Amino acid sequence: MKRLLIRGGRIVDPANRVDAVGDLLIEGDRIAAVGDVGYVTADAVIDARGMLVAPGLVDMHTHLREPGTGEETIASGAAAAVSGGVTTLACMADTEPALDNEAAAEYLILQGKRAGLANVLPIGAVTRERKGTGLSEMGGLARAGAVAFSDDPRPVEVAEMMRRALLYAQMFDRVIISHCEDRSLSGSGVMNAGPSATRLGLPGIPNAAEEIVIARDITLARITGGKLHVAHVSTEGAVDLLRKAKAEGVAVTAEVTPHHLTLTEEAVFGFDANFKVSPPLRTRRDIEALVRGIETNVIDVIASDHSPRRPESKVLEFGLAPAGAIGLETLFPVIYTEIVHRRGLPLPLVLEKLTSSPARILQIDRGTLGPGRPADVAVFDIDTDWTIDPSSFRSLGRNTPFAGWKVRGMARHVIAGGRCVLGGPEGKTP
Amino acid sequence: MEWTRRHLLGLEDLSGEEISYILDTASGFREVSTRSVKKVPALRGRVVVNAFFEPSTRTRISFDLAAKRLSADTIEFTSSGSSTVKGESLIDTCRNIESMGVDTIVIRHSSVGAAHRIAGAVDVNVINAGDGCHEHPTQGLIDIFTIRDVKKRIAGLKVGIAGDIAHSRVARSNIWGLRKLGAEVFVVGPPTLVPRSFEHLGAHVCHDIDAILPEVDVLNMLRIQRERQEEGLFPSIREYSRLFGLDGERLKRAKPDVLVLHPGPINRGVELTPDVADGPHSVILDQVTNGLAIRMAVLYLTTRARD
Repeated sequence: MKRLLIRGGRIVDPANRVDAVGDLLIEGDRIAAVGDVGYVTADAVIDARGMLVAPGLVDMHTHLREPGTGEETIASGAAAAVSGGVTTLACMADTEPALDNEAAAEYLILQGKRAGLANVLPIGAVTRERKGTGLSEMGGLARAGAVAFSDDPRPVEVAEMMRRALLYAQMFDRVIISHCEDRSLSGSGVMNAGPSATRLGLPGIPNAAEEIVIARDITLARITGGKLHVAHVSTEGAVDLLRKAKAEGVAVTAEVTPHHLTLTEEAVFGFDANFKVSPPLRTRRDIEALVRGIETNVIDVIASDHSPRRPESKVLEFGLAPAGAIGLETLFPVIYTEIVHRRGLPLPLVLEKLTSSPARILQIDRGTLGPGRPADVAVFDIDTDWTIDPSSFRSLGRNTPFAGWKVRGMARHVIAGGRCVLGGPEGKTP
Repeated sequence: MEWTRRHLLGLEDLSGEEISYILDTASGFREVSTRSVKKVPALRGRVVVNAFFEPSTRTRISFDLAAKRLSADTIEFTSSGSSTVKGESLIDTCRNIESMGVDTIVIRHSSVGAAHRIAGAVDVNVINAGDGCHEHPTQGLIDIFTIRDVKKRIAGLKVGIAGDIAHSRVARSNIWGLRKLGAEVFVVGPPTLVPRSFEHLGAHVCHDIDAILPEVDVLNMLRIQRERQEEGLFPSIREYSRLFGLDGERLKRAKPDVLVLHPGPINRGVELTPDVADGPHSVILDQVTNGLAIRMAVLYLTTRARD
């Protein structure tokens, strides 16, 4: 069996409370030893001195558009993932046709294996064709490997449908990921409601559009006992609702995106549709609440909500352009730079929300570096400054709100299932 | 002062001094329309495209006539006859127009920021003739010009703007312009059409027209669109008219020298009764006349800034 030694890096493995300089030994597709591995011979060595050795990141919220629009493929999405240090990504069900049946889930897994880069996992639709009128065959989806259910980026509009979904999914012990949006309140809105929207004359999306549905779904999770995961939380009020629900013991988890953690509604003042996202960018005050949510574990996960769009659609007038931003390749650098380096949140805490925490919610054996675990490892250079350049992305999308940002945290080596999918060894032990 | 702007995108961007400079320039151009030969050679050899992606009669005609009085060649471009219906993007359309050697694009579009995006994408002067609910700077200038013409000042005046403020680009441009010149602005209408957030633009938000009526020097009555009622933002035209419409009876409680404006087109019997629209306080047709002078001034100043 082939042995790969990653030598001398700062190993941070939040699930096992490890944060120390040491070696990591991989045998075949599994991690063999962590920390002091003693004297070993290896077929290959990666010199990780001065670098961060982390579990390969788990991004539980991406849109890969295959089958579908051609804005991304599973292969290009997986390539983008590994270049950002992401070794496991879950793909939302808004493919065309929708990922609402066993065969579609198997196809996604097959295409992921063909790409051979990262673990690509399907999220099944909650309702057939994501239309909100009848439950999808969750049993078949789960059997094929669906790790969760969601109609994102659509809400499950009817409360009774959500209640049934939270009940039914319990048979398969899967979480329902909710895109919380009351469409009668968000209406034709394209940005955060408030003084800025009033000033620009753009229709606004109020915080209430998100918070009302979060409150509804928390109530439904409580009465059903089902597991709820709230996607892309964006408001202070939402964080308060989640804090209260968690204190009461409701089975609810939540995620936040890098753009909602770092950008405010002011970004849309130039009418650049790369800053048009759903939910919309909010205010400084909301950002502070989201960061506190991370610090206090009210927010469990940081996920990209990677949403590739055609360039020609993003040059449209702001009101007409589709919402969405790509994020697989900027997830770690933006979070490391802004949340760890600049704000000073502990790296293990933040890394947990990018690795073991989403893995726990999806109940997959990933996101940690314990011996015997799958060898998914990302080695990041966290000292060198670089500038985000969309033209270098491996994603087919170019719609990033972070173009030109100066960041740290570039993935240098990525190992997925024991195979080097980015960078790689320069030598072997004597 | 020296005018340096090549585009007129909104009054929010302008200083009070710049706004006054446009008004003063317009005063000079007003005289041209009274001559027997209503033409000056200021823009001879220039090409102005009126690109209207949204229906408009008076603004389009006014810009066209203003450009012609400055001796510019003008081209009409309306979306029904254009390639936008064939799926060409706005920016591509404007790049094509640019390639034909055009100096100025006057653009009316239903999308907020359309003029701003074009100004950033092509090397042509851009005049915003209305972008969605955002701004309609020349209409704002016209209203302010008309007020200043009669009242001889703007600073210290109290101006009421009544109607569908939330969806009104005319209201926004008026608020910016009037505030920068020192007027006090009251926006009036039901809370569903006049949100509190207008306080952040420096306006007083009010839901009772009778409360401000004795106070204001000017009332600008905006058009109420029936589609807002169909959307359910207020229960009926009848009720709107009773609560916020201006009739002779109501006008009696206003200052004797109150000025009544309306950017048109009027829904007679809704915002204004005919006796008020055609009465002695009304300067509605002066607004239309002044529109030419303002648009001549804007076309002239932006063209000169490019040279």
